[in-house]
Amino acid sequence: MDDLEQALAPLAPQLDAGATTVVNLRRLSGGASQETWAFETDTGAPMILRRKPPSSTGSGNAVPLATEAALIRAAAANGATVPRVMAESAPGSEIGEAYVMARLEGETLGKRIARDPPFEGIRPGLAAQCGKALAAIHAVPTAGLPPLVTSSALTELEKYEAVYRGSGAERPIFEAAIRYLRDRAPALETPVLVHGDFRNGNIMVHPDQGLVGVLDWELAHLGDPAEDMGWICTRSWRFGGGKPVGGFGDYADLLDAYHAAGGRPLSLERVLYWEMLGSLKWGCMCLTMYMAYATGSDASVERAMIGRRASETEIDLVALLEQAA
Amino acid sequence: MITQPTSIELIESVIKFIEERAAPQLKDRDAFHARVAVNALAAIKREIAGGQAAEDAQTGRMAELLGHDGEWAALNSELCGKIREGEISPTDPALLAHLKASIIDQVRIDQPQYAGLKTLAG
Repeated sequence: MDDLEQALAPLAPQLDAGATTVVNLRRLSGGASQETWAFETDTGAPMILRRKPPSSTGSGNAVPLATEAALIRAAAANGATVPRVMAESAPGSEIGEAYVMARLEGETLGKRIARDPPFEGIRPGLAAQCGKALAAIHAVPTAGLPPLVTSSALTELEKYEAVYRGSGAERPIFEAAIRYLRDRAPALETPVLVHGDFRNGNIMVHPDQGLVGVLDWELAHLGDPAEDMGWICTRSWRFGGGKPVGGFGDYADLLDAYHAAGGRPLSLERVLYWEMLGSLKWGCMCLTMYMAYATGSDASVERAMIGRRASETEIDLVALLEQAA
Repeated sequence: MITQPTSIELIESVIKFIEERAAPQLKDRDAFHARVAVNALAAIKREIAGGQAAEDAQTGRMAELLGHDGEWAALNSELCGKIREGEISPTDPALLAHLKASIIDQVRIDQPQYAGLKTLAG
């Protein structure tokens, strides 16, 4: 038993009735700012640990793990389909800054969800499930939440424009998208809790039950509800699926279910605005990752080649501009 | 023109080496990077075949849009400036026609399987 497993053992009774220790701890993934581990209790309850490594460098836009856990709990209390947070651990403790949640069964790979046969049966209802989950997330009372950044369409646009300008690139399609989006930026009337990374790839989908959990809360903030709608419709997240919502659903499925679940009516136009901003955002993120290659901080072929994915967002931006013209 | 082998033949031989000999010996992140390396070489192959013609066509269209001749980089820079300053509207039909033709050429080089290419190019 290694140190981390030993440190987790005292949490066991909190994780499952009758549990006395934890077993089978293994690392699933991890970057400079965040690690994900899987383990079970000795009673067999499957768990996930999200943990900040002791020597963490932090990550620009990410909220602290304690905030993430609090937001998932708040969303659950409001009826959203999210994982169950079981325990939190404070910075400076033996485990470190972390939280434990019940492990869900299902698939997160976007391409499988959008195209593979096991998900054929649940695909027609999946966009509506997403709409319902978003309505519950956006209706979470913001008064009791930990401190979060508030970001409007214009703030988001300016953030990614700064990334683009900073890269030194000169790309007329990005220029046209920036100009178009700047001239039409919707005002932020009533900021709501926005997930911030709501897309196919960050949702757990079960082949029989459909959506079982909204994951990856680290980019949560207060903002425009249409931001989450536009991001899951952004074409880079359709994985070759033929439909606009995550590759698996229609705009109307998402929006109708959102309204039916009590969400404030949102126009398709506003969703398409955020979809265009979503393509620009992913294009700028591709440039950022390429810059890691160009500056020598990550000399891998993957970082170099991802720069060539900026053009996929440009072809989508031109399609959206043509549609709008 | 250098032949025996041509640059295309060289690239094809490297792709074959990675796919048939090197990649099967790799795992996890290295195996993934080997696939990305093959994609990169395939893009270079397409760029060698069609990149110059695409650039020439782009330069010609920009000269027409801007009303004067010039080098690709200077014209591209000027076009970006005019869009940024609002002198050319982002929904101007002549601008969109140019951007559309240019990006179709580029995605055919970078990612010919991308679904958005079919959406825009038909």
